[in-house]
Amino acid sequence: MKPQTLYEKLWESHLVRQQDDGTALIYIDRHLVHEVTSPQAFEGLKLAGRKPWRVSSIVATADHNTPTDHWDEGIKDPVSRTQVETLDANIREYGALTYFPFRDERQGIVHVIGPENGATLPGMTVVCGDSHTSTHGAFACLAHGIGTSEVEHVLATQCLLQKKSRTMLVRVDGEVGPGVTAKDIVLAIIGRIGTAGGTGFAIEFGGSAIRALSMEGRMTVCNMAIEAGARAGLVAVDDTTIDYLRGKPYAPSGDAWDKAVAYWRTLHSDAGAEFDKVVVLDASEIEPQVTWGTSPEMVAGVTGRVPNPASIDDPVKRDGVERALKYMGLSPDMPIGEIPVDQVFIGSCTNSRIEDLREAAKVARGRRKADSVKRVLVVPGSGLVKRQAEAEGLHEVFLAAGFEWREPGCSMCLAMNADRLEAGEHCASTSNRNFEGRQGAGGRTHLVSPAMAAAAAVEGRFVDVRNLL
Amino acid sequence: MNAFKLLDGLVAPLDRANVDTDAIIPKQFLKSIKRSGFGPNLFDEWRYLDHGEPGQDCSARPKNPDFVLNQPRYQGAQVLLTRDNFGCGSSREHAPWALEDFGIRVLIGPSFADIFFNNCFKNGLLPIVIPAETVDTLFRECVATEGYRLAIDLESQTITRPNGELVRFEVDAFRKECLLNGWDDIGLTLRHAEEIRAFEQKRRDMHPYYFA
Ligand code: SF4
Repeated sequence: MKPQTLYEKLWESHLVRQQDDGTALIYIDRHLVHEVTSPQAFEGLKLAGRKPWRVSSIVATADHNTPTDHWDEGIKDPVSRTQVETLDANIREYGALTYFPFRDERQGIVHVIGPENGATLPGMTVVCGDSHTSTHGAFACLAHGIGTSEVEHVLATQCLLQKKSRTMLVRVDGEVGPGVTAKDIVLAIIGRIGTAGGTGFAIEFGGSAIRALSMEGRMTVCNMAIEAGARAGLVAVDDTTIDYLRGKPYAPSGDAWDKAVAYWRTLHSDAGAEFDKVVVLDASEIEPQVTWGTSPEMVAGVTGRVPNPASIDDPVKRDGVERALKYMGLSPDMPIGEIPVDQVFIGSCTNSRIEDLREAAKVARGRRKADSVKRVLVVPGSGLVKRQAEAEGLHEVFLAAGFEWREPGCSMCLAMNADRLEAGEHCASTSNRNFEGRQGAGGRTHLVSPAMAAAAAVEGRFVDVRNLL
Repeated sequence: MNAFKLLDGLVAPLDRANVDTDAIIPKQFLKSIKRSGFGPNLFDEWRYLDHGEPGQDCSARPKNPDFVLNQPRYQGAQVLLTRDNFGCGSSREHAPWALEDFGIRVLIGPSFADIFFNNCFKNGLLPIVIPAETVDTLFRECVATEGYRLAIDLESQTITRPNGELVRFEVDAFRKECLLNGWDDIGLTLRHAEEIRAFEQKRRDMHPYYFA
């Protein structure tokens, strides 16, 4: 048999039918649902007199709109509250495998709760009305972010209309140095291939530096595959994957576990499988990364400088850099280490898992936030992460450092709740998007790893975390 | 879904690369549980000088005179010229809903982000990909000529420039068919319900742990 890529294996095992023009119906195993992109889909379903095809595929939570403090006071913003209550009502009416509503002890960011409950399993197709669904590819899942019409389509038919993607292998060889994390790896990849570099591709991440990552790290990398334009990111199954899933609530057990593991072990690209494109990075050359602009590809090493538009030939690109520097309030050739920080956000589906909090705490331990830093928010990805962090005493480290310890949710990743930047403020953020206004109108986001964010909190500007370890 | 066949429309040039969905429709408007009414908040942060919140009367807000869609010559535009990677970022379908509600029916650019591109077709919007050089030409002509219009014919997959020259474009056969007829793809997919059920049963037998 012809050697296959992991993507091809996943595609074939879910192909219900294919039309002559290549448009295919792909069967969906897991449907993650949150409050922002689902109300119109449920409404459409109802208007058409349809029922969900298989409610046991649905795992739902409220995360985008929920506040991260004063949970006892409920959701104050009436528009947000209506949206969350609409999800409550829809799940009540139609059902789900499980629902973690606002204030549930297992509530959290949709891309954190799926994996930690074993609701995301290798070999599945996973969809969610959220672009960062690519996160679940860390488990060798074919995971796609979809729009609301597609949410309705999956609810009604358990299938997604898709065309096969091209395949790209991003191989990160060698070993990263101390203080360099999964976040730095993926930012370096995006810096290399660009935010549209992965468009039309499913990206498999491989190489020794990826293999060495924990599941948390692999999720961080796959999470940002969408930031490189790819609709799906993938990492092959290995012992790390299996060990992570053992004993998780929705993972199989007993004989079913053994049978599942035997199958999961086949979920890797075969030796000699051909990719449409291969990109290779040397891990040892990657330093801690900081974005300086308004697109994740506008990124530099912490010891680097902001670019100078005058040295860029392509007029569209030059214009983009000029616009970004103006928005960010930075001058050409400015060293990254001179950019001041007003707020720090440690959280989001990219970096809010236990390992991320441990890395931030390692830097924060015994130090204090700089006086010039207005606020440092630490927002765990879920109730379970929060509990684990508290069991390890991490919250005490943060509180002693003058950081705020919050309830789980999306929070300042997209500022739909009360957590946001003021115009002109610079934020060291562990989230995934530095678009204009993303964290609050006029806010200036710099994407970094949790360790780099904690270091920025302590120093009041971007510093090389390697000097603090 | 609205069908799309032919359009002869006024063109507006949005000369930026990587226009993200946060810019197309900022997050505070995502709290709505409806599909309509997003047009007044399309490009909210670029279009207005103040900060917008849901439920506001936008007609009284101060407009940014420099933003292209605020210029008198582009009022009523139905075709938007864009640069690379338009629609990147979040999967929010509110972006095509806002464009459609504003009156845009066709987007022309060198590339679009994948989820956004998909979402357009579900909402009767036609995103057209043509080579960057041709996009450049259209930008130049559009800026130089007041009242610049393009005629888009989905059936024959052509854009007609004012001088009569044709630009051909590619479009996926299935999507074209759906758009021309205004078909709802859920209805189409449910015609294959038997096949889906059979597939599901087979999968359940082989991998019961996915169905727990
Ligand atoms: S944390 Fe941010 S990126 Fe992730 S799901 Fe929430 S809003 Fe989206």
